[in-house]
Formats: sequence, C-alpha cells, structure tokens
Amino acid sequence: MLELTNITKVVGADTHIHPTNLVLQRGSLNVLLGPTLSGKTSLMRLMAGLDKPTSGTIRFDGKDVTGVRVQDRSVAMVYQQFINYPAMTVYENIASPMRIAGKDAATIDREVKQAAELMKLTPYLARTPLNLSGGQQQRTALARAIVKNASLVLLDEPLANLDYKLREELREELPKIFAASGAIFVYATTEPGEALLLGGHTATMHHGSISQFGSTIDVYRRPVDLVTAKTFADPPLNTLAVVKSGGSFLQDGAPLLFVPAHLADIADGPCIIGFHPYHLSLDGTSDAAAVLPARIIISEIAGSESFVHVESAGARWVMLEPGIRNIEPDTRVNLALDTRHLMAFSTDGRAIAGRLDRAA
Amino acid sequence: MEKTWNNKAWFMVLPVLVLVAFSAVIPLMTVVNYSVQDTFGNNEFFWAGTDWFIQVLHSSRFWDALQRNLLFSVIILSIEIPLGILIALNMPKKGFGVPVCLILMSLPLLIPWNVVGTIWQVFGRVDIGLLGYTLAALGIPYNYVNNVFDAWITLIVMDVWHWTSLVVLLCYAGLVSIPDAYYQAAKIDGASRWSVFRYIQLPKMKRVLLIAFLLRFMDSFMIYTEPFVITGGGPGNSTTFLSIDLVKTAIGQFDLGPAAALSLIYFLIILLLSWIFYTVMTTSDAQN
Amino acid sequence: MARISLDHIRHAYGPNPKSPADYSLKEVHHDWDDGGAYALLGPSGCGKTTLLNIISGLVSPSEGRILFDGRDVTNLPTQDRNIAQVFQFPVIYDTMTVYDNLAFPLRNRRVPEAEVDRRVKEILEMIDLSSWAKKTARGLTADQKQKISLGRGLVRNDVSAILFDEPLTVIDPHMKWVLRSQLKRLHKQFGFTMVYVTHDQTEALTFADKVVVMYDGEIVQIGTPAELFERPRHTFVGYFIGSPGMNVIPARIDGTTADLGGGQVALGFKPEIASGAKVELGIRPEFVRLGREGMPVTISKVEDIGRHKIVRALFADRPMAIVVSENGEIPSEPRITFDPAAVNIYADSWRVSDPSLANGRA
Repeated sequence: MLELTNITKVVGADTHIHPTNLVLQRGSLNVLLGPTLSGKTSLMRLMAGLDKPTSGTIRFDGKDVTGVRVQDRSVAMVYQQFINYPAMTVYENIASPMRIAGKDAATIDREVKQAAELMKLTPYLARTPLNLSGGQQQRTALARAIVKNASLVLLDEPLANLDYKLREELREELPKIFAASGAIFVYATTEPGEALLLGGHTATMHHGSISQFGSTIDVYRRPVDLVTAKTFADPPLNTLAVVKSGGSFLQDGAPLLFVPAHLADIADGPCIIGFHPYHLSLDGTSDAAAVLPARIIISEIAGSESFVHVESAGARWVMLEPGIRNIEPDTRVNLALDTRHLMAFSTDGRAIAGRLDRAA
Repeated sequence: MEKTWNNKAWFMVLPVLVLVAFSAVIPLMTVVNYSVQDTFGNNEFFWAGTDWFIQVLHSSRFWDALQRNLLFSVIILSIEIPLGILIALNMPKKGFGVPVCLILMSLPLLIPWNVVGTIWQVFGRVDIGLLGYTLAALGIPYNYVNNVFDAWITLIVMDVWHWTSLVVLLCYAGLVSIPDAYYQAAKIDGASRWSVFRYIQLPKMKRVLLIAFLLRFMDSFMIYTEPFVITGGGPGNSTTFLSIDLVKTAIGQFDLGPAAALSLIYFLIILLLSWIFYTVMTTSDAQN
Repeated sequence: MARISLDHIRHAYGPNPKSPADYSLKEVHHDWDDGGAYALLGPSGCGKTTLLNIISGLVSPSEGRILFDGRDVTNLPTQDRNIAQVFQFPVIYDTMTVYDNLAFPLRNRRVPEAEVDRRVKEILEMIDLSSWAKKTARGLTADQKQKISLGRGLVRNDVSAILFDEPLTVIDPHMKWVLRSQLKRLHKQFGFTMVYVTHDQTEALTFADKVVVMYDGEIVQIGTPAELFERPRHTFVGYFIGSPGMNVIPARIDGTTADLGGGQVALGFKPEIASGAKVELGIRPEFVRLGREGMPVTISKVEDIGRHKIVRALFADRPMAIVVSENGEIPSEPRITFDPAAVNIYADSWRVSDPSLANGRA
C-alpha cells in the first residue's frame, strides 16, 4: 500500500503539487489523468523518490519512505520515450535488472523468457533495440519493468509515442499483465479514452491537484466537480449556464428544458449543466429527451461515428452521432438531449448530487 | 528537469575543492601578500600599502602593454569568431567527411603552446623557415625579428591557426543539434541563405558562441608562451603583452612587489571584462 | 491551389531496386483534386511520409513524375514548388515575434510591406492569435506554435498545397479538438488543397474528404470515411480503421451462405471466389447485435468506455469484439446476429463484391 499524506512540491516560486492525499492499494491499477503540466509527472517523481516532497510523508506498507532514495526503493519506471540499453540485446535488456539484483542464471533465463512471452517478444530476444519497431522497443521497456518485480511500477504516458493501432493493442493487453502482477501500477495519460479502456482507478489531475480519485467508471459517471468532468471528457464536455426554477431550467428567464427526474429535488437557482456529446442526437424521440434548436457549425466524420459541432442556446457543443452525418454548416436542426445522464454543477463548479446519485 | 536530490553528492566534489584551494586560492593569497609589501630578500618584508598599485597604474609601460593586449584580443576575436562560424557552416553534416573534418580540426588543438610557438618561430625564419624563406624568395620583405608589423602578423596568423578550430568545433556542435524540419520550413518559406543563418542557425548557436567568445577572449588576453618563444616581446617592446611584462618585472628584475600588484590588476581586468561580456550577452538573450 | 497528379511514382531508398520488396513506395498513380482534403493514413513504415516528401520535393522519386496543375515539378526543389508544410514538432523562428514569423515568407518574397501587414493581420485573426502579435514566439504553447506554423503557410496566396506531417502529435487531446475543427473550417472557407499524414484514424477521418490508406508501401484504398468504414477493400483497412477494428472470421462459402464454424450467415448474393483462395468474412463490432437469438458466443470481458461498452467475446474459438450501447444490456446466454448490409466477404484479404452491384472493387 502506498500512502501519500499532505504531499506538496514547491520549486522556487512555482507550486508543482498542492497538498495531496492519496492511498493506492497493492495489486491495483491507478490512472493519473490530466493535460500536460497538470502535475502527473511531478507526482510520479515524488512517488518514485526521484524528488523529495517539500512537505508531507510517503509511506509504503506503513513504513515511512519519504527520504529514501529511488535506488533503495522497489520502483520500476517506464517513460514516454523508449528507453533501453542500445548496445544490449532484448534478452540482456530484460535481464539487466535481475543481473543487478544478483539473481542466478537459471532464474534470470526463466523470467526473461516468461516476460518475453507475455510481451510477445520471444522472436526478437537476440536483436538489439534499434532493430525493433517502436512498439517492440516499448514492450522491451515494459518487460524490463515487470521482471524487476518492483512493488511500485510507474508508467509515464508509455503509449504516447506509438502508432494508434499499436496503442489499442497494448491497452488491451496491459490490464491483463498488470492483473497478473501484485504490484501497484500508476499510469499517467492525457487521454480520457485510455483511462476508460484501462479501467481500475483514476485520479484526475488539474493544476497540480488531484480533483477526484475513485474507480475509473465512477469518476467518469459521477464527477465531483466541473473540472473533473471536463478533464475526463473526450470529446469535450458540453456545458451551459442556466437557472433552475421548479421543473424547468431557464435561460434569460425563458424555460429552455425540463428538469429530469434525477435532478428534480436540487435547490432552485443558477447552476451549470453538463452532458457528454453522445447524449445529444438528431432524432432521439424518447420521453427523456429535451428538444433544443441549434445551428450546425461543422461536421467531422470519424468512420463509425460523426462529430457534429453545433451552436445552441448561445453555447458551442459537440454532438456525437453514430454513422455518417455530413450536415452542411449553418443548417438549422432540432437536437434531442437525453436528460437521463444530465449532470448539474453549482456556479463555483461543485457537482450537485441528484436523487439517484445519492441513492447509488 | 529537476535535479536528483542527494546530499552525499557533495562528498564527490570535495577532492576538487581541495585541489582548487591549493592550486588557486593559496597562490593567489601569496600574490596578495607580496603586492602590499616590499622585500629585499632574506625574508624581510616592509609594509608598502597601495604603493605598488599606484606605481603600476602610473607607469606607461603598463598602459602600453594593456593596449597591446586589448588590440590583440580584438583582432583575433574579430577573425576567429566569424571564420570559425563560416567553417562550421560549411562542414559536412553527415557521411565520411564528418570524422575527417573533425580530426583535421582537432589537430592544432592537440599541440602544446610552446611547441606551437617553436613551430612558427622556425616556420617564419628567413634563413631556414618555409614561410620566411619563400616570402623572401618572392621578394616580399618579411622579418618578424626586426619588423613590428611582421611580428604582429605572425602572432595573429599563428593564433588564428591554433585556435579557430575551437570556435569551429563549438559552433558545429550547436549546428548539428538543429532538426532538419527547420531547414525544410525555411526552404518552404523562401528564406535566403542569410535569413537561415540569422533566424535559425545563429539563435541556436548563441549559447556555444558565448562560450567560444569567453574562452577565446580570456585565452588571448593571457597569451604568453607563443610571443615569448617567437618574438620574446620584441622588436623593441612591440609584442610585450602584460603577461610578458609581468615575467620581466618579476623574474628579470626581481621586483616582486610591483609584479604582484601587476598580476592582481591583470587578474581583475580579465575577471571584469569576462563578467561584462557574459552579462551583456546573456541579458540580450533574455530580452528576446 | 492546385490539382496534384502522381504519375506512376515509385521510390526506393537504396540504389538499383530489383524486386518490389526493395521499394519503400510501390507504384502510386493517382490524381488528387484541387481543393481536396486528403489524409495519408497508415502505420509507421507504410510509406506515407515518403509520399509526402515526394510531394513537397524533399525526396525525388526513383521513378515517375509529379505534376501540379499539369506542370511537371518532379525536378523542382522544395522552394520552387509553392507548397506549405506543418511539421510534427512546431517549427517557429523563436527570436522573432508572432507577427514577424507570419510576415517572414512574404518578406522573403519581397511583398510590399502594406500588403504584408494586411495579410498578416488577416491570418492572425483567422488563427486567433491577434492579441499575441507583438510577443516573441518562444513563449507560446505547443498548439499556438503549431498554429503559427500553419499560419506561415496560409499567409501566402500562391501556395499549391498545404502539407501536414502528423501535426497534432505534441498537442493535448482537448486542444486537438479545437485545432482540428479550426482546420476543417479553414478548409471549407478557403478551399486549400491539403494533404495530411497521420497514423491516427480519428484525425484522418475527421480531417479528410478522401482518406488514402497505405500499407507496406502500397495504397490499399482511397475512399471517403464512409466507404472505408462500410466497405473496406482490404482486411487491413478493416482492421486499421475503426476502434476496435473489424472482426475477420475464416469462412466457407456455400452458394449464398457463409459457414463460419459457429453458425451460418446468409449473404444475399453469391460471391465469386477463385478456388484455393483464403476466404474470410468481415463484420465491424458496431454491426454485431448481441441478444438472445442467433449464433452462440462466450463473453470474456466487458470494457465500459462511457459512451458505449466493448464486449470481448469468443466466437467459434476466435476473439470477437462487439459494441453495445451505453444502456444496452448483456444477456446471460448471449447470442449474436450480423447486420446483413454490413457483412463483407474477403478472398485472399481483398474484398469480393456483389456482382449485381456496380460499386465493386475498382
């Protein structure tokens, strides 16, 4: 178990990490999700012991490791860049942490072969990393991190430099590999979709703070504030400032849409509503749908689905439509908003829990 | 990237600190000691205060030598820096030419100062030197022993030959770090050769050029061995630089007090000028 | 803006290529329309960057010609081709201001200063950087720098084409959305011919009118995003486009039905397949219906990715991906059916068309 208690990191006049508390369980996969410079790497460096926190304590299995150097901790790290020993073969690269640990040759051989099999590297063991594709190089780095048998494995955007399809394959494989090991995995990414595919737990980061930590799908579906909801949305979250009054959300005093059942009992007054692009559609007709007039800005077709940028109620939104929807700009349409998943936030950005959420 | 935090790292630099203390700080303190006292041998010292400093600063010998130093540095900097950049720009960026050029460029840097002096002393001799003899045979009057102009030319050409490589190597290192995309973009933008140099290459070379400039300034300002070997400070006092003057005062005349004062003044001038150059060049960088 | 003709282009990096394997770009012979937005999509090493460099003039092809509006530019250097290019990492002149960066290509071409000023201001407006005009380009964020790179192309009115070499690599996901839709809007508004190289299908499909899918030095399909999605010509296209990619299942054809081992699927036409060919059926995860009827499958994992669920299942002992909507339920005895319109048949990896339809394999 890794416990961060009131950790901060201040470098000169810049606060890289605001007071942070986080508890990561053994055998868990934890995603740090946030844009560039949100503090993911800084936090990982503190966890690894590469940097010393300005204040606060770090405990590993109850033992205070705050001042312990990275060499004396059981940590493995994989970076965005493919970092391997260029002069060694893949076999020797994977074997290197065990050689340093002084394991016997038979154990090394067995574990290297096992890791290579897991990472689909068996045919390439005799090659040097420079003769491998990017995906294979990164697999080598991952295999090395795994054989090290560290109790904490940190992965800093490990798939960012790989081709789209390779990323997809590794994303599917990685959770299996993680599950087989008993270590704590921490995985930093800028992509919400990656966090969702990996599952596990997610901590959303924003300006050097963790805005929410919990099971990935829970953080996605029930963000505690607007910042979390926005960080955890790709395509971007659609938002609108409205005033709740009885059974309606008003804009400029006029009713815009009805208040769905799960938000019926929240207090009247100004609030911000948020919803994902796939909750907007062109032809939703269910009872749960509110109808909003809109103007098309541009349509982007992504094969199985289309991203339609629209302007409605004075705001710019994205609508995710299944199939091919190539609508001419400036066309006037009526959008159906599926209100069953509507999120509400106070004007200062905190989530307002509806009846269903509280029940859940 | 933040530094790795490790207190034990200080122990690693301790030997160097001790070495610097013995090699620089202690001799420097000795010099300070000499500069404020008078001695007639027998380890008898008399307090002289700032007398020696005043004497040095009032002597035309000092000002003449200082002027020669400045002139020499200005000349060699204004030749070596542009020439070094020019050569670096024209060096091959890939292929077998790279190691060949790098080795050729490094050769002059590998030769010890006094040997460089001796090479040029012989090279320029009218009776047996290749250069001197050839020039004489061509009917060009050349004699660094009794012609002031020839002596200066010889020293300058020698310094350029010896040290331009350093500027070249530093600039080359800066140039090869520029990604290809920059040159491609410049081509697409229709940039001239000059624009590419001015807006891509020069900005990327700025840091190494600063280092090259400082190194060459300090080195040339402290030049000693080569003129000592080639001209011995002559003809007359025409190539007597501060360093040579200093040695003449200290060893030749055994005026330890004035010599110590002179060396301290010399030291402070170099420190001051280097600091000025550094500050001017880095602040202009920061303003951009 | 220009129409780009690639006339029997082949390229090998080594000298004296003999077999097709020596060519990193096998024969490319196509016309690209004036004002079109094209994406070159494929994995690393598929030849897409080579093709882009041939268009920009950084690489001259081993064989064939390249024409802009019918004019042969094969031997013209980059600077004489009137193209603009945005690179993977932003290229800016960091000692200049944002304004001067944009003015640079015009000043190099001796455009009068009044005209320079007018155009630069117009572009600054277009790329939303007007308030940054007087700032040094060095302090900008990656996406702003990338906009400047683009702006330096847009500012010239003589460009034949704007080329993009994976321009969003260093941009955060949220900014990608903004930049992509801006780019799309600029294209609609001004009609530049654009060629965009990427390995990211979302970028390619959202950006381009026509996507050129490349694989192993060859163009395997050129099509609209809809064509690539619905009628992949090659199983590679099926795999590469779509997330997850198309399910490809070995099949045996018997008249108008396909026998998949785990069940039979009616095709509605009789595919003509040469004997001995490897036959496969392709169906996208989006068009597999999970319910209580049809062919039995075993579910191994369900990935909830928010807007929908990806069900990983075993069908006839082979992995299959199925997309289920956000509120869709997963039955306890799951069975699958295929949307008949979305079934494609492949012989030796190439699509076999319905002979009664004209829009077959060209």
